[in-house]
Amino acid sequence: MRNEPAVEVAGLVKRYGTRTAVDGLDLAVPRGSVTAVLGPNGAGKTTTVEVCEGYRRPDGGSVRVLGLDPVTQGAALRPRIGVMLQAGGVYPGAYAEEMLRHTAALHAHPIDPALLIERLGLESCGRTTYRRLSGGQQQRLALAMAVVGRPELVFLDEPTAGLDPQARHATWDLVRELRADGATVVLTTHFMDEAEQLADQVVIIDGGRSIAHGTPEELCRGGAEGTLRFIGRPGLDLASLLKALPADSAAAELSPGSYRIEGKVDPQLLATVTSWCAQHGVLPDRLSVERRTLEDVFLELTGRELRR
Amino acid sequence: MTATTTTPTESAYAAGSFAPAPGAARLPAMIRAQAALETRMLLRNGEQLLLTVVIPALLLVLFSGVDIVDTGAGRSVDFLAPGVLALAVLSTAFTGQAIATGFERRYGVLKRLGASPLPRWALLTAKTCSVLVTELLQVALLTVIAFALGWSPHGNPLAVLVLLLLGTAAFSGLGLLMAGTLRAEATLAAANLVFLLLLVGGGVIVPMDKFPGGVRPVLELLPVSALSDGLRDVLQHGAAMPWGDLGILAVWAVAGLAAAGRFFRWE
Repeated sequence: MRNEPAVEVAGLVKRYGTRTAVDGLDLAVPRGSVTAVLGPNGAGKTTTVEVCEGYRRPDGGSVRVLGLDPVTQGAALRPRIGVMLQAGGVYPGAYAEEMLRHTAALHAHPIDPALLIERLGLESCGRTTYRRLSGGQQQRLALAMAVVGRPELVFLDEPTAGLDPQARHATWDLVRELRADGATVVLTTHFMDEAEQLADQVVIIDGGRSIAHGTPEELCRGGAEGTLRFIGRPGLDLASLLKALPADSAAAELSPGSYRIEGKVDPQLLATVTSWCAQHGVLPDRLSVERRTLEDVFLELTGRELRR
Repeated sequence: MTATTTTPTESAYAAGSFAPAPGAARLPAMIRAQAALETRMLLRNGEQLLLTVVIPALLLVLFSGVDIVDTGAGRSVDFLAPGVLALAVLSTAFTGQAIATGFERRYGVLKRLGASPLPRWALLTAKTCSVLVTELLQVALLTVIAFALGWSPHGNPLAVLVLLLLGTAAFSGLGLLMAGTLRAEATLAAANLVFLLLLVGGGVIVPMDKFPGGVRPVLELLPVSALSDGLRDVLQHGAAMPWGDLGILAVWAVAGLAAAGRFFRWE
């Protein structure tokens, strides 16, 4: 039991009318991990999460959440999961603290709401009705409601959309603590840095399919390894430079005097570039090596997908 | 994950604050908490209070004091009080519940509660409890006002109770049907319009015999007409059990609740 994944989705298909929102998606979330589901708008992130939460009935494939079928065994599943919707979910006339206390009252062993309120910086909002809270405060209240029941598994749908940096970091810290204490977290996001910072596993989805998954490090490795940039005299003979570089490298003059070399950036490549510059009497200024970021991976993958 | 007893933490929480300990609260506790919350939401809402408390009370006072409508033989408060009680049930079980539930659906409250440990039937039970508590407060207030105006009711209290409960069931079914199928704004407009039409055409303050003979048989089949007529039979004329009106209410209750159960959309 303990070793099976918290979430196991295989070949999930979900259609709305004639539109296929999710098209054969696979997802496995190990227990005790943080998994970030990353994808452009309309990729199928929310639909996938909402199928796992039991809101939507799949049109194909299999879904197991904590070993249960979210549709037929929802009553057993719901007390064990925490859910943060992308928006709403609170009576407009309810006070923030009142709503959190109410959510706590629906659970057997809730966290003290006062702790969560302090932790998420909602102290000033206790007696403010939900409709008068700022967007960021509404988000944080929804997050508090998702975790107050001490769930085994937490689904957060774009938890930091619209938050200021301080509130974002408070949210990140809370997610890290959830993991440290043994909870499993699945979050959707379109922030690369959020996925890089938080996730043990990143799943990139596009067009309703999972197109890549792995740790952030694994995803950033492989393929083009990185980028080297430098400033030099305009109009350098790049063909000659490329002859000195490994076959899979690319070089371009982005604007007069600003150069970019893409390829497997290692000490050897760096040495080759600087010695070529020396031979041609060029002082490479502002030489910088850039690692491939998740953003590069993402654009590469989804860009290719978009171009068909 | 292993225990973090040796890891110093900067957070305000002791390590393990989030250690999973899931579980639902006991059902009666959940229903009690939900009913209390729903009732607070209703009492905090100004427009709803206007509808459920101010309008019925004002109508009772105004129309008893001023002879605007000819209410037939006897004191007008004896005619009006049963009608206003029917209106109170209509305002809470139908209009108020439809509007509140429509907006809860629109704002994702019903959706979010759908992922909580609270089962759907328990949510509906809580809503019903909240409606009944509100009606209890309304009936108490209106009864006090009516007595102050010289009301002298007759009849069987049990018959009154059965009428009020069956009326509540009928209006709840129709209100939830509207809330669960229309957009929130449409529900708001329609529920208020229906309230107004039934207030005038449902025998609440205007006696049925003021309407032309052609439309009367139709108007008498409306749930609010059956409720106000039944209450009047008992409270004004001392009838035992108004079976005909109870039958009409029962049909509305069964049809309304069945349709709501069939067509209600939670999102």
